[in-house]
Amino acid sequence: MTNKTDVIVVGAGPAGISAAITLAKAGKSVILIERGAFAGAKNVFGGAIYTQPTKEIFPDFEYEAPLERKIITHKYFLRNDSQELGVEYFNDIHDNAYTVIRGKFDRYMQKKAEEAGVVFVNETLVEDLIYDGKFVVGVKTELENYYSSIVILADGVNSLLAKQAGLRKEIRKQDVVLSVKEVIKIGEDKINERFNLTSGEGSAYEIFGEPMNGFFGAGFLYTNKDSVSIGVGVSLEDLAELKIRPYELLDKLKNHPRFVNLLKDGELIEYSAHLIPEGGYKRIPKLASNGVMIVGDAAMLVNNIHFEGTNMALISGKLAAETAVEALNKHDFSEKTLSLYKKKLQNSFIIKDLRTYRGVTPTIIKHRREFLDYYLSKVLEFFNIFTTVDSKPRRQKYQAYIKSFFTDRCPCKFFHEMFSLIKMVLGVLCGK
Amino acid sequence: MENKKIDDKLYCVKFCPDENSHLKPDKNACKRCKTKVCTFICPANVYEWVATKDELVVKYENCLECGACRIACEEKILNWKYPKGNKGATFKNS
Ligand SMILES: Cc1cc2nc3c(=O)[nH]c(=O)nc-3n(C[C@H](O)[C@H](O)[C@H](O)COP(=O)(O)OP(=O)(O)OC[C@H]3O[C@@H](n4cnc5c(N)ncnc54)[C@H](O)[C@@H]3O)c2cc1C
Ligand code: SF4
Ligand code: SF4
Repeated sequence: MTNKTDVIVVGAGPAGISAAITLAKAGKSVILIERGAFAGAKNVFGGAIYTQPTKEIFPDFEYEAPLERKIITHKYFLRNDSQELGVEYFNDIHDNAYTVIRGKFDRYMQKKAEEAGVVFVNETLVEDLIYDGKFVVGVKTELENYYSSIVILADGVNSLLAKQAGLRKEIRKQDVVLSVKEVIKIGEDKINERFNLTSGEGSAYEIFGEPMNGFFGAGFLYTNKDSVSIGVGVSLEDLAELKIRPYELLDKLKNHPRFVNLLKDGELIEYSAHLIPEGGYKRIPKLASNGVMIVGDAAMLVNNIHFEGTNMALISGKLAAETAVEALNKHDFSEKTLSLYKKKLQNSFIIKDLRTYRGVTPTIIKHRREFLDYYLSKVLEFFNIFTTVDSKPRRQKYQAYIKSFFTDRCPCKFFHEMFSLIKMVLGVLCGK
Repeated sequence: MENKKIDDKLYCVKFCPDENSHLKPDKNACKRCKTKVCTFICPANVYEWVATKDELVVKYENCLECGACRIACEEKILNWKYPKGNKGATFKNS
């Protein structure tokens, strides 16, 4: 066989680059194949990268990488068309997360991988896997075939290759969120002023309700150095059912009275779209087979409640690479040996967290019309009552408010939903 | 900020289109498709149902490669591939 290397990694996102760099540092030969012109060229995220997991792979990234801003405030908003309730958490001491632009940051990761000895092949689409009997032994690209002892699939959420390898079933509409995003240039000084930040410091916003009332979805906004990243993500199932154009939702989000001034005179510099895997624990595919492992988004490793994806991608890539090193040392690429990767994942925060949250997304999806519309508006209504001065006795207003939970709709619904909510919380806290 | 039309949004994406489409619906199946879900779900407005011709027009050059249409397609007849390695959209700032 020509072109034979120890490991081929398909896809240069955080999962693939982390796998490749870990292997190269262990002295193994690695080819990293990416369809884009450079790492990040096809990638879209919110977004924030998280310091601790990123440091595990790139110890010096805080000094070297193109970072936008360190996140010092997280804000969560509940909205309807005219009201908003916000909660802000501020912490300017801990270095938990940074906003980045993937088109720049992934390139940094690519450079670090090349420095470590990874052979990076760009502008090359892997079309198929090559088998020898039951073992994956390489990949077929438009131009040539590449052979290796192990193939690591890090080809992202759509992972056509995982499906071909029989590791994963077809993705369903309810397992993904479609996200559209705009990057809007505003200028560094204006961002500092409008978001109450100093240079280098950033904000992350999450928005529930308007314009996604009652659908499973949320809006987001992150401050970059001189631009903001703003987007919406909505379940593909809801978009299909409700016949909504995703970019129209984003336009509505941008035009909410609370955003208009923040974005004023901004210039659109890029528009993009991407899916987010949200199937959670129950949709994790088969993670290894003879000669092949699957990492990152391709393996559906995303914690949607916390906007965690890159961390799971980086760490799953590393764990798969460590497994590959052991397999290469033993010269055993069987499913049994590579399943060690699954064990490593199970012992890590990745599967533990996805298990912890396994009931959350299904519960929210099931009750999305209630939780993300009815109750959300009830919360806003409470604050409206609380702040309104209208010469009516307060107790009377509070009593009417409480009564409304039982008269707006069938009271049994209220109890049923509260039961689901408590069950969901207990599921997270005690695993019940 | 004023809302840009979808064409203006797409204008700021760097595209390098292939000569051939990477999105190949079975156009006969599209005729019996009731929802035509691809025509509104696509974030780049790639699909348009032209009733006068009874045909689905595919402006594949604008595809952002998200994969939504592949999963949502009602008839499951969309032969969906990524564009060739050096083709398609490039995101520099996302
Ligand atoms: C809108 C949005 C907001 C998000 N926000 C956050 C956030 O704030 N924080 C966070 O941590 N995570 C966030 N995520 C999730 C995060 O982006 C992903 O979990 C992460 O990028 C997954 O990394 P990956 O390496 O598995 O896949 P990807 O980053 O998707 O990389 C896959 C790579 O494989 C390449 N590829 C695919 N198929 C082939 C092929 N056949 N041949 C060659 N190359 C191929 C692609 O071009 C791509 O470069 C967000 C995601 C989205 C969409
Ligand atoms: S959803 Fe599928 S079958 Fe229906 S029109 Fe679109 S491509 Fe054709
Ligand atoms: S992949 Fe996404 S952008 Fe491309 S045609 Fe399908 S839905 Fe539209």
